[in-house]
Amino acid sequence: MAATAAATTGGPAIETRQLTKRYGDVIAVDRLDLTVSAGEVFGLLGPNGAGKTTTILMLLGLSEPTAGTARVAGLDPARQPLEVKRRVGYLPDNVGFYGNLTGRQNLRYTARLNGVDPAATDRRLQDLLDQVGLADTADTRVDTYSRGMRQRLGIADALVKDPSVMILDEPTIAIDPEGVAEMLALIRFLARERGVALLLSSHLLQQVQSVCDRVGIFVKGRLVAQGRVQELAAQMSDAGVVIEVGAAGDPAEVERALLAVPGVQRVQRVARDERDPQRWRVTADDDATGALARSLVTAGLTVTSLRRHGDDLDELYRRYFENRQTATAAAGGGDGEHR
Amino acid sequence: MASIAEPQGPTTATRGRAGEGLPAGWRVVARKELADHLLSLRFAVLLVLLGLAAVGAVYAAAGGIRDAAAQTSGIPALFLLLFTAAPERIPPFYVLIGFLAPLLGIAFGFDAINGERSQGTLPRLLAQPLHRDDVINGKFVAGLTVIALILGVFTLVVAGVGMLRLGIVPTPAEVARILVYLVVSIVYVGFWLALANLCSVALRRAATSALVAIAAWLVLTLFATLLVGLVADALAPVPADATPGELVRSVTLQQNLARLSPNALYQEATAVLLNPRARAVGFLLPVQVDQAVPSRLDLGQSLLLVWPQIVALVAVTVVLFAASYVLFLRQEIRA
Repeated sequence: MAATAAATTGGPAIETRQLTKRYGDVIAVDRLDLTVSAGEVFGLLGPNGAGKTTTILMLLGLSEPTAGTARVAGLDPARQPLEVKRRVGYLPDNVGFYGNLTGRQNLRYTARLNGVDPAATDRRLQDLLDQVGLADTADTRVDTYSRGMRQRLGIADALVKDPSVMILDEPTIAIDPEGVAEMLALIRFLARERGVALLLSSHLLQQVQSVCDRVGIFVKGRLVAQGRVQELAAQMSDAGVVIEVGAAGDPAEVERALLAVPGVQRVQRVARDERDPQRWRVTADDDATGALARSLVTAGLTVTSLRRHGDDLDELYRRYFENRQTATAAAGGGDGEHR
Repeated sequence: MASIAEPQGPTTATRGRAGEGLPAGWRVVARKELADHLLSLRFAVLLVLLGLAAVGAVYAAAGGIRDAAAQTSGIPALFLLLFTAAPERIPPFYVLIGFLAPLLGIAFGFDAINGERSQGTLPRLLAQPLHRDDVINGKFVAGLTVIALILGVFTLVVAGVGMLRLGIVPTPAEVARILVYLVVSIVYVGFWLALANLCSVALRRAATSALVAIAAWLVLTLFATLLVGLVADALAPVPADATPGELVRSVTLQQNLARLSPNALYQEATAVLLNPRARAVGFLLPVQVDQAVPSRLDLGQSLLLVWPQIVALVAVTVVLFAASYVLFLRQEIRA
C-alpha cells in the first residue's frame, strides 16, 4: 500500500539537503533544505521562475543537481531514477497527452510503462477515471478535452502507478472554481486516507493554502520561509501591520501626516492606478488604522480608502516580494521611500 | 473527481521489489509508436504514393520484358529485370524507390521528439520508470519496423505482379538477391530515419525539422550530381586538350565526391545487387571490358563488390543515430 512504501524506508518521503542547481552563472535553486513526511501536504509557493519546476525535476531525477542531495522515498533520484519514478506520481505543469489517443488509451500507456499487471489494468483505469470524473469522456480523443479535463486526466495519470509520493506542479491552474474544490478534496483524501506525501507547487496561494499542512515560500531559488500558514502569518505580524491608505491632497502633506502617527515605521507611495490615484502603504508596529485616519483628517486631508491587510498567504507572499523589491530599489537609490 | 470512491488497491503483483516486474521501456514505447504510425494519415498517404510509383514502374517493366520476349528469353536472372528494367522512360523500380523511400524515413521520424515536446507529453513520459534512451530507441525501432513493412510489401507486390504478368518464378538465387536488396533498402531508409530523428531532437519545431530533413533529401538525391560536377571542376579543372589520364582522374574524383551522398552509395549497391552481370561499381575503360566474357557473379561476389558501400551506409546511419542519442540525453526536459 502507498503508506507502507514510505513507511518501510523509515525517513521522510522527500528530503533535500543544500540542494542546488546552477545554469552557468544563474542559480536556479539555492541550497534548498526541505522535508515532507508521509501523509503531509507541502505547498511550494512562489512566482513563476522561482525555481519550483527545477526543484521538482531534480526530485524526479530528470535533472541533475549541481550540489547537495535529495532523497525521495528513501532513494537518491540522481542515482536510482527508475526506482524513484516508480514511486512518484508526477503531474507536470501544463500537462500534455497524446491528442490522437483517448483518455483511457493515454492512461493505459502509462500503466504499461509502469508494468501494471495487464489483467488488473482495465479495472484500475476505470476506477481512476471514475475518481476524477472522466468516466463519460474516457473514450473520446484527448484532442477534444478542455484544459480542466486534461488536468484531471493528469491526476489520474499520476495515480496509475499507485504512488507513495506525489508531486503536483500547479495542480489548480486552468480549472474552474468547482474543479479546484474537487481537486483539493482529492489531494486531502490522498494525504489523509492513503498516506501519500504530496508536494505541490503553485503561485496561486489562495487556492492551495487551505489544503497545505505546511508551506514554503520560494523566491529566486531560495526558500525564504517555511512553516504552517498560521506560523508564517505570526512571523510576519512581528514585522508590523500593513495598512493601505488612500488620500486626496498634496502628497507631501499626506506623507507628513502619516509619519506623524506614533508607531509608524515606514510610509511608501504605491504606484498609481485608475481606481485610486493616490495610495500609500504604511507599516506600523500595531494596528494604527484609526490613528492614521484621525491624523489625516486633522491635517485637513480627505481619506479616500483605508484597508488593513489580512494575514492570509497572499499577503505574506506579497510582503516577501515587497521586501525584496524595496531592498533592490533602496540599493538603486530609492524611490519615494521615507522613514 | 465528482465522487471520491475508495480506490482500487494496488496491483500487488506489479509492486514487487525495486527493479522487478518492469517491462523493457523501449518495447512499450515502440509498441505505442508503431500503433500510432499504422493508424496515421501519413502512413496511408505514403502507401498510396509509393504504391503508385512502384506499380507503375513494374507494369512498364513487365510490359517491356514481354514485348521483347524474343530477345529476353534465355537471359539469366530475368526476374530481376522487373526491378531494374526501364523500357518506357519510367525509371526502374529500384531507382524510384531509391528516390522516394527516404520520404518514409523522414515522415516517421521528423517529429519523434519535438512532437512530444510540443504536445507537452515529454515531461510526463520521462517521469515514468523508463530510461531516457528507451524513448529514442523505441521510436527508432517503431519507425524502422514500419519502413521494413512498407518496403517488404512493395517488394512482394512487385514479385507478385511479375509472376502474374510474366508467368515466371524467381530462382532461389534471385530470391536471395531480392532479400539482400530489401535489407540494404531498409538500412538506407534507416539512414533517413536517423537523420529525421536527429532533426527532431535538435529542432524544437516539427515544421522546421521536416523542412530541414526534406531539404537534405533534395540536396543529397537531386542536386548532388550537379554539385559534384561543379566541385570537381573547381578542384581539378579539366583542360580542353586533356589527356585520357586526366579525364579518368576527373571522373574518378567526381565519383568519389558523389559517394559522400548516401543516395549514391545506395544506388551503386542496389544496381550491383540486382544485376548479376554487373562486374564493377564505377565505370570501366573499353580496354578493361575488351574480350571480357559476359558472365554472372554469384550473390557473394556481388556483395563483396558493394561491401564498402553497405558498410558506409550502416556507418553513417549509426553516426546519426548516436548523435541524436547523445544530444537527447544531454537536453534539458523543460520546454
